[in-house]
Parts: sequence; C-alpha cells; structure tokens
Amino acid sequence: MSQRVEIVKRIMDSNEQLAEQNRQKLDQHGVFCINVMASPGAGKTSLILKTIANLPDDLRLGVIEGDTAPVTIDADKIVNAGMPAVQINTGGDCHLDANMVGLALDQLDLDALDLLLIENVGNLICPAGFALGNHANILIASIPEGDDKPYKYPNIYRNIDVLIINKTDLLPYVDFRMDYFREGVEMLNPGLKTFALSAKTGEGVQAWVDWLVEKVLSSRG
Amino acid sequence: MHELAVTESILQIVLQSAEENGATKVTDISLTIGALSSIVDDSVQFYWDHISKGSIAEEAKLHFNRILAKLKCQNCGNEFQLIEELTPCPNCQGINLQIIAGEEFQVDAIEIEKEVNNEPKS
Repeated sequence: MSQRVEIVKRIMDSNEQLAEQNRQKLDQHGVFCINVMASPGAGKTSLILKTIANLPDDLRLGVIEGDTAPVTIDADKIVNAGMPAVQINTGGDCHLDANMVGLALDQLDLDALDLLLIENVGNLICPAGFALGNHANILIASIPEGDDKPYKYPNIYRNIDVLIINKTDLLPYVDFRMDYFREGVEMLNPGLKTFALSAKTGEGVQAWVDWLVEKVLSSRG
Repeated sequence: MHELAVTESILQIVLQSAEENGATKVTDISLTIGALSSIVDDSVQFYWDHISKGSIAEEAKLHFNRILAKLKCQNCGNEFQLIEELTPCPNCQGINLQIIAGEEFQVDAIEIEKEVNNEPKS
C-alpha cells in the first residue's frame, strides 16, 4: 500500500533550533557575540587582531575560529594576542553551523567573557545559510575583491547587520567603483551600517571598534 | 557547498515522518527549493544516494520543485525575476526591492509504502 504524507517542514529548522539554544546560552551569561564572515583573504583575522588591539582593556574577549583544515595559524595568532580561542576544524565543510558553535561554547568560560567573536570559514555562499545564534552578523568585503560582489553573492549581503569595507588603502590602485558597490548593497540591505577602513593602516578602525563597544555595553543592560 | 549538511537534514526529516506514519519504505520525496537557497539539485541527489543507504529511504527518488527568485520594486510596484545577477528594477531603475519568492527551502511530502494489513475486517 502506497501513501502520500504531507510534511512541509523547513530544511534548516533543526540548525535554527540549535542556534536559538546558543543564543539563549550567550544571553544567560551576558556575552555579546558576533559572527564575522568574508571571502578568503578579505582580512578577517587581521581585522580581528586590530580590533582586539583597540578594545578597552577591561572588555573581556574570546574568539571561535572556523577553519576547513586542521591548521592552527589563525587560532595561534589570536592566542598570541592573549585571548581565549577555540578552533573549530570543519573537516572540509564550507561553513560553521549551530551545532559546531554549540560545542565550542562548551569549551569557553562564558562567565569570563563580555564579547565573543566567531570567525566563520572564508566563503561568501554557505555561511549565509546557517544561523549560529550570534547577535550580529558582520561581513568584511575588501577592495581587491571587486565592486561586483553584492550583485553576485546577494544572500550574504541580505543577512548582515554590519558591513566592513576593508583595505581602503588600496583604493588608488584598484578599479573599485564605490558608488556601484554601495548601490548593490543598498538594493539588498537598505540603510546597512557600513564602516570603510583599513586594518593595515588603522584608518577608520576606531569608528568600528566604538560601534562594537557600544553594542557590548548596551547588551549588558 | 553545503549540500551534505543539507541532505543530512532532509534525511532526518524524512525518516522521522516515515516512522511516525508506520512506513516500511520511502519511495519519493518532494522538495521545494528557491533559487536563492544556493543548493544544487545534482549534489543533493548525489549525497542522498550515499547517506540514505541502509535506511528505509534508500533509493527514494528526489523531486525538486524549483522556485525562481522574484523581486518587487517598492517604488513602482513592478514584479520581476532575478535571473543571475541582481539588477535595479527594469521598469523604473528603482533600487528599493523586496524579495517575494525564491527563499523557499523545505520538504513538502513523501510517498511511503506500508505493510498491508491482512487481518480480516470484522
């Protein structure tokens, strides 16, 4: 006997439930958490290190590092900067998911943290599809990647709360039409909070750090 | 791409529903996938053939109902399809756009087989 069973269930539901659990856990411990996404080479680790250097000394920070392969280069850099860091090796997977982040949260003393940075796997497609439970999604775009990225990777631009345009020091050397880039962003995410900066020279970094600190403080209530 | 993780999630949903309905075999699975979900049908089918092995959903046929991405211009009300790259409204060049289709990503239904109940009806 054959029978049709209607289900109509969203495929990402189970990840989203785990993300919600992560969020509750972060909130219970009063930790403000951001998910940093970008393509490979956009400067995620550099900007995180620069951000760490500019944060107030009494703000307690932890980092979760996502990597596709078991290398600890990025995590080592962060640990050397004096921060508790947990590395997630995704085993070749192209993104972090809520389950992986949940396991990493178990390894951190959340009561000893005010801010948690998650460095997602370098990729503009897959991370956009997986909620982690963080409070804000940050995308780092960099000038050498080109000005067409919002048009080609619309999903990731739609699901972010802050856009950082990194490597502005390279603007004189690259054909990057800022107006064209920003118009694409505006189509996808009107009024998006945007910081243009250079993690290398430090120009514009303070405005981003100020935003972040303000968010951490206001989430403490 | 993340088709493996997604396919595992589909298997979980399918097996749970099959069990709840007393299925002995799952023969067909209907999925709706919006163009904005960045999922490749062939990859899902490829992973499916591997991870469903040994379960009652082994060899089930996946049917993909593809939904095109559609935008609505908030300026002039024009509705248009997003084909490959994002564009301003072709009617008024407006950039205040709302996505009205293409984000769907769900398991719609399954076809199952059940043991025929041989007990005589009284």
